[in-house]
Amino acid sequence: MKKIKYILVFSLLMMSLGLSAQKTEIVEEDYANDRIEMADAMRADGKIYVLVAIIVTLFIGFTLYTVMTERKVKKLEKSLKERE
Amino acid sequence: MRKTWWKIIGVALVFYTLIAGLLLDAPRLAILNETIRAMHFHVPMWFGMVIMLTASVIFSIRYLRTGNQKFDTYAIELVNTSILFGVLGLVTGMIWANYTWGAPWSGDPKQNASAIGMLIYFAYILLRNSITDPQQKAKIGAVYNIFAYATLIPLLFILPRLTDSLHPGNGGNPGFNAYELDGRLRMVFYPAVIGWTLMGVWLTELRIRLSFIKSKIDEED
Repeated sequence: MKKIKYILVFSLLMMSLGLSAQKTEIVEEDYANDRIEMADAMRADGKIYVLVAIIVTLFIGFTLYTVMTERKVKKLEKSLKERE
Repeated sequence: MRKTWWKIIGVALVFYTLIAGLLLDAPRLAILNETIRAMHFHVPMWFGMVIMLTASVIFSIRYLRTGNQKFDTYAIELVNTSILFGVLGLVTGMIWANYTWGAPWSGDPKQNASAIGMLIYFAYILLRNSITDPQQKAKIGAVYNIFAYATLIPLLFILPRLTDSLHPGNGGNPGFNAYELDGRLRMVFYPAVIGWTLMGVWLTELRIRLSFIKSKIDEED
């Protein structure tokens, strides 16, 4: 087992060395590169989609909370019925 | 009422209006700009409130006719949720007014009337809480509820139309009513009204059930 461990660590080390050797510098133009597709929809149109995402998330949260509250009410009703 | 399908419809409709109301094309009108979309969120509060208050009055009348305590619980919880909707309607209206009419409160007849309407229903809650005898509480509450409703409807729908109002469709102010609610706005607005009303009824149903549980526990003690 020990041997395998050493081999693993060694190969990982070699891989990271190899990766660092291939590094290319990121330049300022890369950030303004329009030819590469990124998740731009969320940033377009004055970021309205972000607002939609926030509001929808809030609504989902409140809905889930209401569903959980309803479950609690159901439990109470059940235990009340069993007591009778 | 304990079925889940209408709750799912309510959630789905509101979900749809949140997205469609913000993203679909809206008429480009001066001063209003994008805030015309507030119509899909602010106005359904009032529609929901009036629908639920109407249901509440019907239950109050049924209580008076049958003496069944159940109907009184329906009536009071519907009023509770309606007050929540009304307060939210007032606050969202003030935010909207601040940026389109220039001030959060401009003494607009409809603004004043809805504030008075809210006060009338606050008084309903106060009146009920000040009576300890449950029978009396229910009976006086039901009668008051009928009077409150009979005052609210002219306050909201008749009086503001008799004078100049900043609200669309009242007095000499065209607002966006001059353009008539066009089909595309309606596609969002009506689902919003139905969706928010169903959400309100859901909350009401939960509170009614809690109230029944409470009265059962009180009976056993």
